[in-house]
Amino acid sequence: MAEIEFDFSAVENRLGVSRRTFLKFCTGVAASLGLSTSSAMVMAKAVADPKKRPPVIWLHGQECTGPTEALLRSEQPSLEHLILDLISLDYHQTLDAGAGHQVEEIKKKSMRDNKGKYLLVIEGAIPIKDRGIYCKIAGETMLDLTHEAAENAAAIVAYGSCASWGGVQSASPNPTGATGAPQVLKDKTVVTIPGCPPNPANFIGTILYFITYGKLPPIDEKGRPKWAYGRLIHENCYRRPHFDAGRFAHEFGDEGHKKGYCLYKMGCKGPETYNNCPSLEYNNVGGGVWPIGVGHPCFGCSEKGVGFEKALFSLADVKTHTPPNMFPEIGDRADASGMTAGAAALAGAAVGAVVGATAMGAKKLDEKEDQ
Amino acid sequence: MKRRDFLKATIAGTAATVCTAAEARPNLEPAENAVGMLFDSTLCIGCKACVAKCKEVNEMPPTIEGNKKAWDSARDLSGETLNVIKVYKNGTAETKDSEIDGFCFEKRSCMHCVDPGCVSACPCTAMRRNPKTGIVTHHPDVCIGCRNCMVACPYNVPQFEYNKLFGQIHKCQMCNQQGVERIDNGLMTGCAEVCPTGATLFGPRKDLLAEAKRRMQLKPGEVYNYPRGDVSKPDSFHEKQVATYKQHVWGEKEAGGTNVMHISSVSFDKLGMPPLGERSASSVSETVQHSIYGFMALPVMALAGLNFVVHRNTEKDRKEHDGGES
Repeated sequence: MAEIEFDFSAVENRLGVSRRTFLKFCTGVAASLGLSTSSAMVMAKAVADPKKRPPVIWLHGQECTGPTEALLRSEQPSLEHLILDLISLDYHQTLDAGAGHQVEEIKKKSMRDNKGKYLLVIEGAIPIKDRGIYCKIAGETMLDLTHEAAENAAAIVAYGSCASWGGVQSASPNPTGATGAPQVLKDKTVVTIPGCPPNPANFIGTILYFITYGKLPPIDEKGRPKWAYGRLIHENCYRRPHFDAGRFAHEFGDEGHKKGYCLYKMGCKGPETYNNCPSLEYNNVGGGVWPIGVGHPCFGCSEKGVGFEKALFSLADVKTHTPPNMFPEIGDRADASGMTAGAAALAGAAVGAVVGATAMGAKKLDEKEDQ
Repeated sequence: MKRRDFLKATIAGTAATVCTAAEARPNLEPAENAVGMLFDSTLCIGCKACVAKCKEVNEMPPTIEGNKKAWDSARDLSGETLNVIKVYKNGTAETKDSEIDGFCFEKRSCMHCVDPGCVSACPCTAMRRNPKTGIVTHHPDVCIGCRNCMVACPYNVPQFEYNKLFGQIHKCQMCNQQGVERIDNGLMTGCAEVCPTGATLFGPRKDLLAEAKRRMQLKPGEVYNYPRGDVSKPDSFHEKQVATYKQHVWGEKEAGGTNVMHISSVSFDKLGMPPLGERSASSVSETVQHSIYGFMALPVMALAGLNFVVHRNTEKDRKEHDGGES
């Protein structure tokens, strides 16, 4: 545990949090990622060591700035402090103090100076119809800006459902051809953190992993970090036992709804949405604050083809079948070999009686013949 | 009487009796107000709520397999499981309701035959068909435990508690057995009540059959408003894209028809349904049996024949015996 002897006083001053709070946070993030306590210490050191702060270029496309707003409202320990101190946020349209040509210059300079070293975060969808004219920043289309910034990025993170797969503006009829970053940057690896808004915990965990190990965490075929999006909401949902027992809420405010029954019949998309909401809830607010926690069916905001695509109250396709949903196959037969002790005793007694009677009968017959 | 004459007379007599009684009885008709259920495999999501509710209504324990004590894991119907959801899997099992590389769920419970084999085979009327509701009921007070019903059922439904000292036959009685009587009290079956998708739909057999036929007519991909609960007075609906149904309502005609009908997008032979014709087994067997035993003619003749043979073969013995005594 030599790592603990590291001097965290600089961090305490810089972030305005106690060493204890800081280490607790790092351990929590490491645990969410499935990493050990020693990894948490490595992570804490990486965060505390300001030399490693990577420059970040943050682009906004078609969106509501929800991901950034969510990030700014994270709690314990003030995540926005941490994120702003963890990284060198060279360009961010919402948070930049400067404006106009000045910030655009800074962005270009940072991208030049940190070629191959900066982290690119994309927030918002990229319209590709009519060569991307539906979203322009500083006179350039989002499409061009994305390609330009992605060219020399060390890593690319698409933050939010819009950047991950198009989000609300990609819903039919999608007049601007809104597209997610992975579909635009086909030849690049794009880590996606979908959600509307996405859970800042999923973002911060991924960034911390990147800062600590210099690489991105394992991702699935849709670019989502497996540690956060590896399981269906349905799998870890605390209303799941009600689902298995057939106890459903039918409408808002009815008896079942008051009792916290399963929301599947009200259109909950938990059975087809991959996210870690049941375990992390939302934005460290606590008290069971996330849609299903407060009694609203999951909307599937992070899942392509579900959120903004399926009707809010239509039934979800149940994607996976895990315990207790183990299914016998068509040809399976019940195992009927089980026999209770009583039945065995009775059967034994019956067999014994027959054998005994036969023996006695045979003996008597023998005696008769002998006479 | 010569042996030849005797045989001639026997054959002629048999032929005469059989011909008079051999008019085959037709399949029984569905009861006028028969209730039943429609299981739509394309709607079943495998949540097993129906299995849990069934055990609750019938006060049966979960079936534990091996050391997996956390949940009910019945593999098939048994003395303590009257309803079970099974899975059909093929290849990669990726697509729901696809025969190839797909999967789907199938329900196993009593089909409540219109012309039930179990009722026909039962020697002591422990199995009965309710003339009004068409529900096939079991009455343990008269059951002698012969288990003929198990052999007579084409769906392997009645189950005996082999693991108990004084085992009994158990089968689904549509939640209307004595002490439960959900149907008589205007409720629906437990499984239909809890089904979140309407995959198990309760209602009058006629309405269910009409609903099944309506679904056969739907185009795959179009959106249909599926009812939940009781088809005659659904408690809610939900919209869903229609799967590619096989044009087959299992139970419309199979072995005289059933009150519990199944529809699916996977063919029924793959879902473990037995190959059945339209003629019910009980109508055939009852015709044969009733012909043989018609007016007790055949048994009487057979007994007479046997007596004759014995009498003839023992003639010598009898003469010797008589001689010895005198």
